[in-house]
Amino acid sequence: MIPVSAPVERPFLTVDDLAVAFPTEDGLVRAVDGVSLSVEKGRTLAIVGESGSGKSVTAQAIMGLVDKKAAQVSGEIWLDGQELIGLPQDEMQALMGSEIAMIFQDPMSSLHPFYRIGDQIVEAIRAHRSVGRAAARQEVLEMLRHVGIPAPERRIDAYPHQLSGGMRQRVMIAMALINSPALLIADEPTTALDVTVQAQILELIQRLQGEFGTTVILITHDLGIVADVADEVAVMYGGRIVELASAAELYTQPEMPYTLGLLSSVPRMDQKLPERLDPIRGNPPSPISLPKGCVFEPRCNYSDRTGGASQTTRPELLESRPDHFVRCHLPAEERQRISKEVLRVLDGGAP
Amino acid sequence: MLAYLVRRIVGMLLLLFLLSITVFFLFSLLPGDPARLTCGKSCSPQIVEANRHRLGLDEPALTQYTKFVAGLFVGRTYSADSPDPIECSAPCLGYSFTRREQVLSLIARAAPVTFWLAIGAFLLWLTVGISLGIFAALRRGRWPDRVVMGISMVGYSLPSFFIGLVLIFFVIIKWGFLPFPSYVSPFENPVQFFQTMLLPWITLATLNAAFYMRLTRNQVLEVFGEDYVRTARAKGLPERRVVVKHALRAGLTPIVTAAGLDLAYLLGGAIISENIFSLPGLGSLAIGSVIQADLPVITGITLVTATLIIVMNLVVDMLYAVVDPRVRVG
Repeated sequence: MIPVSAPVERPFLTVDDLAVAFPTEDGLVRAVDGVSLSVEKGRTLAIVGESGSGKSVTAQAIMGLVDKKAAQVSGEIWLDGQELIGLPQDEMQALMGSEIAMIFQDPMSSLHPFYRIGDQIVEAIRAHRSVGRAAARQEVLEMLRHVGIPAPERRIDAYPHQLSGGMRQRVMIAMALINSPALLIADEPTTALDVTVQAQILELIQRLQGEFGTTVILITHDLGIVADVADEVAVMYGGRIVELASAAELYTQPEMPYTLGLLSSVPRMDQKLPERLDPIRGNPPSPISLPKGCVFEPRCNYSDRTGGASQTTRPELLESRPDHFVRCHLPAEERQRISKEVLRVLDGGAP
Repeated sequence: MLAYLVRRIVGMLLLLFLLSITVFFLFSLLPGDPARLTCGKSCSPQIVEANRHRLGLDEPALTQYTKFVAGLFVGRTYSADSPDPIECSAPCLGYSFTRREQVLSLIARAAPVTFWLAIGAFLLWLTVGISLGIFAALRRGRWPDRVVMGISMVGYSLPSFFIGLVLIFFVIIKWGFLPFPSYVSPFENPVQFFQTMLLPWITLATLNAAFYMRLTRNQVLEVFGEDYVRTARAKGLPERRVVVKHALRAGLTPIVTAAGLDLAYLLGGAIISENIFSLPGLGSLAIGSVIQADLPVITGITLVTATLIIVMNLVVDMLYAVVDPRVRVG
């Protein structure tokens, strides 16, 4: 007999049936619709998807940045045994920036243009800990050096516009990690940066994750950077997770046609493709009027092989292999056959 | 910064020079004979010619202009060759033969009235406009927002002469809350000063308050969408601090610019408000001079007002650089 009050053992971060909808004049925008996922402590989960797939809104909901006056949020988010969605505003604020921290896509616009970067980081410290100004400043210097900013004692009094893009993102990372958060959400942290800087920033995040034992959620649209960084990958489409697997498995045995499409859209320098890149046709669906059946159906190359099911009913996210979940009407053998074919073409083999 | 300042001041002086030429020649092109206007109906042609000579109006326009500019720096003497020459000491902005007084002393007498009127209205409209604008922005889409925007719309639609007359009719005549306006300096009789200025301030501030409500609301809402405000929230700062230190600091900065220029514009005289409340300010002086075709005064007021606006422009730019580090140059 298990007593009713026995604590449930949950992974470090567990999102359960999260839904975020924004009422607009044109109708209800279901930005996130039934997302469930979990991450163990110290691991990295990548959430991948196109613009409008709901990946950023999922991140913002975890971070507590979704305005509950403007949006309807339901479901549960458990962080280290504490449920976040039902938390009062002041208790959530106490976690934001200390237990959970976030870095954003564009470091230029994410830093306040009127304040010196040092002061902005000091503010983050003093929002959560009673540290004196001088001690906080010392801590900031230390952290700036740690994230690889040369001559931090000079840069600490710089304004954001006086720094380069890569430096600004390092400042954002320093600010996010200054209170040693348990969870770091990186929302497209490299998208606004030069290619040469992108790799440095990703390496930095990985190195710091190792040092601090931080759990990381990496939001990106670029499957190319996920392979090196993530332990697990959730592919999102139309506000739902359509495929969830370990990074190794997702790259070797992807099953959902949308994931295959994303993989086909990554340019590869090491291969000479027999044909041109094969992007996913069409555009993501409007979140106001989603297709009745499978949300990906209008853009899917294989929907005719589902016997019409993809046009009428929403598929469930089911376990196709151990720890590999797929939301697709295609029979498993069919999916795996298509997957092998596509991967062979991508690897330069004959179709 | 210093080099920039010097550059701006040189540019400003150049602009003032061009401006003085434009104003001077524009007014000399006006139809009507200023000499003819210096004496009444029974003016004989001899007197008109004599006055023309005394005013220097018989000289070529260019000479008149150089004498005017010279007068600004070293002063000048009108009709030096006559038995009763008129001294106009530097800086001489001209001499009003209609009022028999130096233009500069006319302006110096009227300017404080306009100054107090403009400053009071400025403070009133900034306080009301910005606070209601922020209030509306923080309650976007709900009824307080709608009420404020409604007030703004009404304030925007009411012409100031109408507001002024309605206020006089009810507050002074019908209810007798305030005595009839009669201007005194605030240092002489503060109570009477406030009693006199209260309604003109309201009249003058209404339009701008309405405008600033809207401007502030839109600015603040725009800034709330900025990424750095999201960053401030993500730091876990209390909402109050997010709003005041992060959103408002950035959102209100452009309003500094608008406010500075609007104030400069008002300092040139609020013609309608001053007239309704019979305040002897620059606006009243200007309109009186236009009616009497008192060219030297009109020229003087135009130049002083334009100078004020140009100087305020520079001040606003300097202020902006203090507030926004991105603007700092050099």
